[in-house]
Amino acid sequence: MKQKTKATVISQREIAENIFDMWIETGFALQSGAGQFIGVYPKDKSRLLPRPISICQTEKGTRPALRIVYRTVGGGTEEFSTYKEGDSIDILGNLGNGFPLEAAKGKRVFIIGGGIGVPPMLELSEQLRECEKQIILGYRDCALFLKEEFERNGMVYIATEDGSAGTRGNVLDAIKANGLSADVIYACGPMPMLRAIKMYAEEKGIDAYISLEEHMACGVGACLGCVVKTANVDRHSHVNNARICTDGPVFEAKEVDI
Amino acid sequence: MNTQVNIAGVTFKNPVMTASGTFGSGMEYGEFVDLNKLGAVVTKGVSNVPWPGNPTPRVAEVYGGMLNAIGLQNPGIDVFMKRDIPFLKQYDTRIIVNVCGKSVRDYAEVVEKLSDEPAVAMLEINVSCPNVKEGAIAFGQKAEALYGITSELKKYAKQPVIMKLSPNVTDIKEMARAAEAAGADAISLINTLTGMKIDINKRSFVLANRTGGMSGPAIKPIAVRMVYEASHEVKIPVIGMGGIANAEDAIEFILAGASAVSIGAMNFVNPYVTEEVVSGIEAYMEKYGVENIADLVGAVL
Repeated sequence: MKQKTKATVISQREIAENIFDMWIETGFALQSGAGQFIGVYPKDKSRLLPRPISICQTEKGTRPALRIVYRTVGGGTEEFSTYKEGDSIDILGNLGNGFPLEAAKGKRVFIIGGGIGVPPMLELSEQLRECEKQIILGYRDCALFLKEEFERNGMVYIATEDGSAGTRGNVLDAIKANGLSADVIYACGPMPMLRAIKMYAEEKGIDAYISLEEHMACGVGACLGCVVKTANVDRHSHVNNARICTDGPVFEAKEVDI
Repeated sequence: MNTQVNIAGVTFKNPVMTASGTFGSGMEYGEFVDLNKLGAVVTKGVSNVPWPGNPTPRVAEVYGGMLNAIGLQNPGIDVFMKRDIPFLKQYDTRIIVNVCGKSVRDYAEVVEKLSDEPAVAMLEINVSCPNVKEGAIAFGQKAEALYGITSELKKYAKQPVIMKLSPNVTDIKEMARAAEAAGADAISLINTLTGMKIDINKRSFVLANRTGGMSGPAIKPIAVRMVYEASHEVKIPVIGMGGIANAEDAIEFILAGASAVSIGAMNFVNPYVTEEVVSGIEAYMEKYGVENIADLVGAVL
């Protein structure tokens, strides 16, 4: 059941330049799965729309909480970055389908995150069980946010654009440089990275589940603002245009035309 | 207290409706609000065949509002009649189907198919979407074209017809007169205002379609003015919309001359807004001792 409700900020800190790490207390955590997201509403009423932000981690204990790690890209997210412990915020959730965990069972898995696509892969790397986890993270530079936390969940390989850490280049360069291979891929990151992963998965003949991003308005599947071209007929409009907010954000790579 | 309104012989339990294109056919927001509480659900535009819509990005935020250029993506009338109408029939609310097309023939095909569906209370004809190249707004920006399509569709329609007017015209009064003269049973306004947003860092258009329709609270004063002008120009009822965010805004439109109101972009901001407006209107009537909501229509002094 989706809801718009209040949540309370537990903590916030900047973990890399313009990358913020915020824990919020909310019952949404009890229901949320890896790869889902929430909408966060700015308090500034000139900014109307909820900002879609992926769920980085969940605490399902007696004080349920969600962790979001986001980049400031404009006025809305800049406002979020000023929130302090105890602040009340409006959130919409849980949104989206999330990653299919069962597809990894008994397999060698790539968990790939690029840039601000790294955070949702942390929750996934914790949730995946009974599989061999190879985690490949791509960054711009040596500000390797969340890297240590990933190391608790599997082998971590790093790629940086400027070569200041790990393999110089992108995540596929790191895969090649380390001679890695897998039976299934989970990925989130910028569109050029996802396109390359889609091609890589097709060449190798393996399944890949990729999480997409798009400008959104409603976040709940009503406005048809965030669509992606699909190979099969979509369930809403039957025009091969699936809604990223509700049919996704996670799609089988072979299913989407990106 | 009586919140019931009558538009072209159709009664609605209250004057609160959803604005076409922001509420689908109610399936998504039915998770947030009780559709039984609404005066009507006005569906997203439906065409004779499925329409894929425009490339992305299709939406952008602007100060106090948003731009959209969805391009009327919809599954077409056949899927709509098999899936969306049966869904809406489960609820005690009126169904108004928004109809779009590229040619008069396209519109007529949809209108004819809906004529045998008694669950559909009214038709709203979209001649004002700024985001599709053919049809739509081409019929809504010239009085003669509006007159032509209205009188033609009235031949096929069994339900009362609402013509949805564009604000992107020189004189809204002239357009209201043309719709009335051609036999429209009601008019609704305003559709979105054509806008544009440029990303100064990338030096590119934010929307793939370059232009998009602006909606949201920032357009409300324009909408109130146009509803006032149109409703004082014609005798047929007016359904008012444009940036309604709460009951106070809805009352403002009613005082300006709207018999009913639709809520659009604000559903995205507050998914509970439609139900809140219904109860807020009742609270206003209570506060001011208004017995009958019809007494408020056009009651600005």
